[in-house]
Amino acid sequence: MINLFHFVLILTLIVVVISVAKIKDLLSAVILFAVYNLIMSLLWQQMRAPDVAITEAALGAGVTTVLLVAAISKTGRLEK
Amino acid sequence: MKFRDTIVSIITRFMLPFITLFGLYLIVHVHLSPGGGFSGGTVVGAGFVLLSLTYGISMQERKFSHRTSTLIESGGALIYIILGISAFIYGQPFLSNLPIFPAGTPGRLFSGGFIALLNIAIGVKVASTIVALFDSLGGEDLH
Repeated sequence: MINLFHFVLILTLIVVVISVAKIKDLLSAVILFAVYNLIMSLLWQQMRAPDVAITEAALGAGVTTVLLVAAISKTGRLEK
Repeated sequence: MKFRDTIVSIITRFMLPFITLFGLYLIVHVHLSPGGGFSGGTVVGAGFVLLSLTYGISMQERKFSHRTSTLIESGGALIYIILGISAFIYGQPFLSNLPIFPAGTPGRLFSGGFIALLNIAIGVKVASTIVALFDSLGGEDLH
């Protein structure tokens, strides 16, 4: 039972995940990772797991992004 | 670097009470609605991280210093364990509900025994963990 909304979400998710793995710029990778967490949160909500969706949105898209950006600003931006 | 953007600081000042209130709502209504100690604590901690990113670490240090956050972090776990062990007084297993906490009517806020108290302990611990994590990762020269 898959409708158009779920299809678009899953397709975007796959594209974003592959770009996170492939991209060289680490700051862009972190931002794409936040996008991945946001789409994943919407998918959790569509799968009727609002509890996991709230945690994913707060922890994945919020705190993880801030911590990874802090780590990048301490080290280097480009992958060696 | 002293970065002070007008839009960001005003939006932060406007949004921070609502972010904290939503986090407290998630923590306290754990037995009624989605959410819980972990998610609500994360939202409250993210609010403090937003404060420290916008106004600098000195503002956050005045509200919620690193020493306080580490003390509260240990205190949350201690409160959880003490509440769990206190069931031993009545000869019940670990984390059993005590008779002194009434069950209440289902659907109201004051129901479900001490689940809300346990989740307040978890939420306090998670929120201060996130603040301490951000501080120790180098929040002092990030803004």
